[in-house]
Amino acid sequence: MNLPAFLSPDRHADRVVPPSGFTARLTAFSAGAMAFLAVFALALSMASGRLADRWSTALAGTATIRISAPSTQMEAQVAAVLALLQTTPGIASARAIDAAEQQALLEPWFGPDLPVDTLPLPRLVELTETAEGYDSEGLRQRLAAEAPGAVLDDHTRWREPLAKAAARLRLLGLLSLVLIAGATGAMITLAANAALAANLPVIRVLRLVGAKDGYIVRAFVRRFTLRALGGAGLGTLLAMGGVALLPQVDEAGGFLTGLGFQGSGWLLPLVLPPLAALVAFAATRYAAFRTLKGLT
Amino acid sequence: MIVFENVAYNYGGGELLSEVTLKLAPGSFHFLTGPSGSGKTTLLKLAYAELRPTSGRVTLFDRDLRSLSRDDVAMARRRIGVVHQDCQFLDHLPLATNVLLPLTVANRPTDPRNLTDLLTWVGLGSLSDALPPQLSGGERQRAALARAIIMDPDVILADEPTGNLDWDMSLRLLTLLVELNRLGKTILIATHDLNLIRQAKAQVAARVLRIKNRRLQLAGADL
Repeated sequence: MNLPAFLSPDRHADRVVPPSGFTARLTAFSAGAMAFLAVFALALSMASGRLADRWSTALAGTATIRISAPSTQMEAQVAAVLALLQTTPGIASARAIDAAEQQALLEPWFGPDLPVDTLPLPRLVELTETAEGYDSEGLRQRLAAEAPGAVLDDHTRWREPLAKAAARLRLLGLLSLVLIAGATGAMITLAANAALAANLPVIRVLRLVGAKDGYIVRAFVRRFTLRALGGAGLGTLLAMGGVALLPQVDEAGGFLTGLGFQGSGWLLPLVLPPLAALVAFAATRYAAFRTLKGLT
Repeated sequence: MIVFENVAYNYGGGELLSEVTLKLAPGSFHFLTGPSGSGKTTLLKLAYAELRPTSGRVTLFDRDLRSLSRDDVAMARRRIGVVHQDCQFLDHLPLATNVLLPLTVANRPTDPRNLTDLLTWVGLGSLSDALPPQLSGGERQRAALARAIIMDPDVILADEPTGNLDWDMSLRLLTLLVELNRLGKTILIATHDLNLIRQAKAQVAARVLRIKNRRLQLAGADL
């Protein structure tokens, strides 16, 4: 059964199969519901991808050196660290964060009246790396030798798990799409099997009068494929409407509010209805040929 | 046309047909008789490839049944018109569409005048829009005959075609089959109605075959 032959409507072939109200409605509903879920899985996957990229980009290229030392040695160690960083390949710039800036960083947790001067807080040195990057292990060893109170925090420790989590979330989203496609195929196969079983007398009559398997299969496959296409189209549009109505990032911020599609990404869900039709085509074709194999 | 050579058929519970040899020559008229359960329907099913022989060889239009693919079987069936005792139709389609079904599935053009002539010939001219469940037993048999011959088949196989009909309607159907034979069609009718056979023999040179003890034999003057 080639695609042009399948797509060209055959009024007679379509009519030989009796109207199968329940199974046809079940197919359309299944495809619609699955397409609805698939749009959200797709949105989740794409948002996770964007998040992974954003976290990686935002956190990459910077690092912090934390210096804990007695107050008498603090300034000397800060100076030693800055001097060391100036001679370290791969470091673009470095600066010590002053007390006012440090207080501003702590203010959200401890309030504006925090007596920074009286607390034994560590000093922070922020560095920016070049495109080539620096040897973090070599830097750690040099810091240990020249400024024993300095500890390098290159953000890798907590950036990588976040990026990994986002990447896995994207993978889970894609896996969900595969599962949804599989479940759609299974449901449409069940519906097609029910329709075929209910229409066995019709199929026997068609075989008796000389219908080839391809003719009979086409009559069923066409019906189920078009039902799936229609149902999935409706489900996709509803889900896209739902995604479009989610709050915007600039209104509330956060991960969930960034769940929508962006730019040409809005075209991606439109692939789902043809995909559902393809799944229905394959599932019904398989079920129909298997049923016919048991008949003479 | 259709040739059986030493054909046997086993239903699993024992042999139903054994050493059946039969040749349906073009234009011949055969009756097949025997008691209920003797294998008449099975023999007909073998003749239109609904069943495959357990042993022996069935040849349809010079091709061994064993070598036929499913599509080949479909093509062969377009040359064989089958009329069953319990005729099956597509109940959601009107009579005319049902009768045209063999042409439809073969993607052949249909001439409305031919259809009207055919339905008139079988006495169903006024029922072309009726749905099959609305038809009486006799009307269904004649509709099945119309469907069987609309493709202008070479062979017509009828399995107890008068089983649900009164005597007048049986004679009418028989007359239609005899007319088809005169037009050159090969006819094989399975029936246990000996009166029908006697009536037919007055109109056409028919051979009468009988299944007895699983074997096919030519019936003699004991009919």
